[in-house]
Amino acid sequence: MRNDKKKILIVDDSEMNRALLADMLSEDYEIIEAENGMEAIAVLHEHELEISLMLLDIVMPEMDGFEVLSMMNEKGWIKSIPVVMISAETGGAYIDRAYDLGAVDYISRPFDERTVMHRVTSNFMLSVKQKEMSEMLSAQIYEKEQDSSLMIEILSHIVEFRNGESGMHVLHVQAITEMLLDALVKKTDRYPLSYKDIRLISNVSALHDIGKISIPSEILNKPGRFTPEEFAVMKSHTVEGAKMLSDIPFRKNEALIRLGYEICRWHHERYDGRGYPDGLKGDEIPIAAQVVSIADVYDALTSKRVYKDAYEPDVAVQMILRGECGAFNPLLLECLTDIADALKKELTVISFGHVTENSIHDTVKRVLKSGPDVSNRSIQLLERERMKFKYLSDISREIMFEYIPMPEMIELSEWGAESLGLPVKIGNPVDNPLWNRVFAKDDFTHFLEKIRATTPENPVASDKYLLYIGGEQKWCKVIAKAIWGDSEKPVFEGAIGKIMDVNDETTAMEDLEKKADCDSRTGLLNHNASKRRIAQRLTETKDKHYALAFFDLDNFKKANDQYGHLFGDEILETVANRIRENIRSTDIAARMGGDEFIIFMEYKDKVEPQIQRIFQRLTVEHKGFNVSVSMGVACVDSGCGIDYDTLFRMADTAAYTVKRRGKSGYCFYDDSMASLLDHGKEE
Amino acid sequence: MTVQECYEAMGADYDDVISRLRTDERVTKFLLKILNDGSFQLLTDSLAAKNMEDAFRAAHTLKGVAMNLSLTALYHAAGPMTEALRGRSEYGAELEPLYAAVKQEYERAMTCIRALQ
Repeated sequence: MRNDKKKILIVDDSEMNRALLADMLSEDYEIIEAENGMEAIAVLHEHELEISLMLLDIVMPEMDGFEVLSMMNEKGWIKSIPVVMISAETGGAYIDRAYDLGAVDYISRPFDERTVMHRVTSNFMLSVKQKEMSEMLSAQIYEKEQDSSLMIEILSHIVEFRNGESGMHVLHVQAITEMLLDALVKKTDRYPLSYKDIRLISNVSALHDIGKISIPSEILNKPGRFTPEEFAVMKSHTVEGAKMLSDIPFRKNEALIRLGYEICRWHHERYDGRGYPDGLKGDEIPIAAQVVSIADVYDALTSKRVYKDAYEPDVAVQMILRGECGAFNPLLLECLTDIADALKKELTVISFGHVTENSIHDTVKRVLKSGPDVSNRSIQLLERERMKFKYLSDISREIMFEYIPMPEMIELSEWGAESLGLPVKIGNPVDNPLWNRVFAKDDFTHFLEKIRATTPENPVASDKYLLYIGGEQKWCKVIAKAIWGDSEKPVFEGAIGKIMDVNDETTAMEDLEKKADCDSRTGLLNHNASKRRIAQRLTETKDKHYALAFFDLDNFKKANDQYGHLFGDEILETVANRIRENIRSTDIAARMGGDEFIIFMEYKDKVEPQIQRIFQRLTVEHKGFNVSVSMGVACVDSGCGIDYDTLFRMADTAAYTVKRRGKSGYCFYDDSMASLLDHGKEE
Repeated sequence: MTVQECYEAMGADYDDVISRLRTDERVTKFLLKILNDGSFQLLTDSLAAKNMEDAFRAAHTLKGVAMNLSLTALYHAAGPMTEALRGRSEYGAELEPLYAAVKQEYERAMTCIRALQ
């Protein structure tokens, strides 16, 4: 049985003290003892991750309690293992020093059972809580990274770095935009903007130049003047950026996308209508774009660029006010004047402030990452396993899948999804038209039933299905292992498996089967195969008229003797070809062996014209050899109880009758021949 | 002899020990352990060898044991011994009466505990 008790390490040089503590705690905890600091360190080395709490004496030989604490700090163990000091040393200095070194609590001697239990339990609980909280905090930080604002920053930084800029431009434009908008709403209620709107516009302002990603870098980073052609290309970043956002297939209605579109497309418009790309005028230009436009210009002026030096902030404001850098909304120019001083200050701290915030993030992450956090480790291991699995499944070029019953879905390997032309995750596969198109609903349901019918001892099921892959029907082997829960009454938890294209193998197998059914000389069916098929027709269909013609070649032996076996073979092949040419695809023709053949055919009213035609086509001279046959024909209605063997003997008997009459001819079996039935093969 | 009578004979505090360790069985179990505890012997040997460091630890342990089991008389003897030895590197004659007191209380306690067996 597994031992679920938490482990406590007791470090004390007095055997008696250890025994006392162990005696008090052993009911609820598993006790590991160490009689000095060195031993304690050795135990920690080995069981670091298992120790839930440590009771540590101060005065000990070899290595005392303080030295153990120092070592634990050095190794980082102090963060994951709560240490409770035990000592008769109640002096404040001792306790303070232990606290400074990371001890969480202390128990003084003489031990009181209730105190010991209480301190140990509460410190233990506390450390568990702490671990949980650090995990929650990690999760929150992770979520923050997922935040759209961060995504926006990343996106826009990509553009800036490509543009050879510092990455600060985006942050500046964001800050200026926010300040301008704040000033604007104070000044007028012409633009109804909430605090949230302002935050959003300032966030999205970072996207204003994303269209530049589509501008060739020779143009983007050209130090000199643009040619008119180059300038036209450069201007297109507005339309391109807007297009990137409007091309996003979903979330078209989200404010973020809408504002992004406005800002990207119109941040180079001018209030006087002489801007680009659309020549909008006045408040035709959305306010978000107007603000970002002025923010963009201000930051461009005050920053050093490949083609210019930085202007002083006051100079920049003057240039903008004098209309040297475009035409702007007079209200916004007022706002710019209002915030000019604050702006100077803000932009100098912004870089610093942002870096600080980042470094705080990094610190938090570093702090959380450091220390042996068990769950982080297992997550890492899991992550590694996933990576391995993904790589292996990708290089194996096989369609792998996982079936999850609740909520029901199929998850395909990436390569599998790609080769099936399906998404990786397919919800509700039984009724999903995408999935059904590949794996017919009946077939898939059949396979699911097979999987569910497995047992934990024999969890594998496989079958062959005709799947629709890459526009073709293909035979595939589907094999999967059911996953059964390990509770006492195993619960079906899903399945993993793969789909293998066995179409070529299946086709090859069918070819082989076909070959086994064929007579190698003539390519017609052999006796057994034809018998099987004819018998099937006789029993499976009802009220159909069938005729079986049996014939052999007259004088075949003579042909062999006279012209040699090669010629004999040639005759057989010629006859086979003539049969093939003169029967319908639904008819069955076979060589029975030697020079005997049969043809099994369906007829409607009268069979004789069919027989006559075939007979005539067969009996044509070949290279001077007069091909003639003796053919007997027996007719039967399907489902009347006459089996193949009987039918065959009837036709044979009729043929025998022809021979008796002098060969070369055909005749139909009738009841008058019944007495001859058993003599059919006597000749 | 009951545990309580034993405590009285040793000049120890029965009420205190039972309030902390809860049962006579546990108290007895640990009293008997003192019989095998080498601290007193180590103290004796270390003082004879003038090994102050080991003497300090031995006295300290003995004090701790006495404290754990509420052996008040022994604790009051071992306490001054421990303090006199703390941080000390040289042997001194003033240690002798302190040691004599410890020895006396230790032997009294041992006699009583053996009677408990």
